[in-house]
Amino acid sequence: MSSFNIFNIAGSGMNAQNLRLNLIASNISNANSVSSSIDETYKSRQPVFAAQLKDIIDQKNKTSGVDILGVVESQAPPVMEYSPNHPMANEQGYIFKPNVNTVEEMANMMSASRSYQNNVEVLNTAKELMMQTLRMGQ
Amino acid sequence: MAINFDKALGLHPQALMLREKRAEVLASNLANADTPGYKARDMDFQAILKQQSQTNSGILETTHSGHLLPDQYQLSGELLYRTPQQASLDGNTVEDQIEQAKYGENAVQYQASLRFINGRFSGLLSAIKGE
Repeated sequence: MSSFNIFNIAGSGMNAQNLRLNLIASNISNANSVSSSIDETYKSRQPVFAAQLKDIIDQKNKTSGVDILGVVESQAPPVMEYSPNHPMANEQGYIFKPNVNTVEEMANMMSASRSYQNNVEVLNTAKELMMQTLRMGQ
Repeated sequence: MAINFDKALGLHPQALMLREKRAEVLASNLANADTPGYKARDMDFQAILKQQSQTNSGILETTHSGHLLPDQYQLSGELLYRTPQQASLDGNTVEDQIEQAKYGENAVQYQASLRFINGRFSGLLSAIKGE
């Protein structure tokens, strides 16, 4: 039955938003992970979403869910800070802080949770409609 | 056959299937609300249903697997692209509030079609029972 496709679509959307929320949690919790070299510093991670175009190209159906293409690390330079008394400071007295912008991540988190809620709402409505359809003629 | 379901139910089963299809399209819009470059889509319900009801009377018989049905019989119709009220930088044209409103509207209309069908069925049932 084709209307189960709604469940797949909303499910893929929820899956994508769930990954986004996970990455945001990882970014925020590591926002203060200090290290002593650029390479060891935690870098902000962001998901890359794309529409599932395969089914459209195959002409199976014209709707598409969300694909997760992967996770990219932000290329912004880490924050360098001169604090010679810090236990993690290198020979020159510098420490490196991750390039995580916590304000940005918080805004991102709210957007992700709203999108997730949207998908849950779609799922609930579709389920309700299907239950009513199953009761048809009774 | 005394009772012809196609005649008894009228256009409503087709409307129901179209509503279901539209719900799918809108769900895919909402799921892709954060996908860069995704273009929101929708269907012109009235036009497709009108086309459906006009062509319904004379569906050609297919006797060979190579025979193709005209597009309108596949009940998918042509999907159009929505014009966004406010363009966004990443090329995504989904606007959550509009899609949600349309989805809710579509759900109510689906229920309306369902209720019509149910009404027809209970009418048939009482005719059969003769009470």
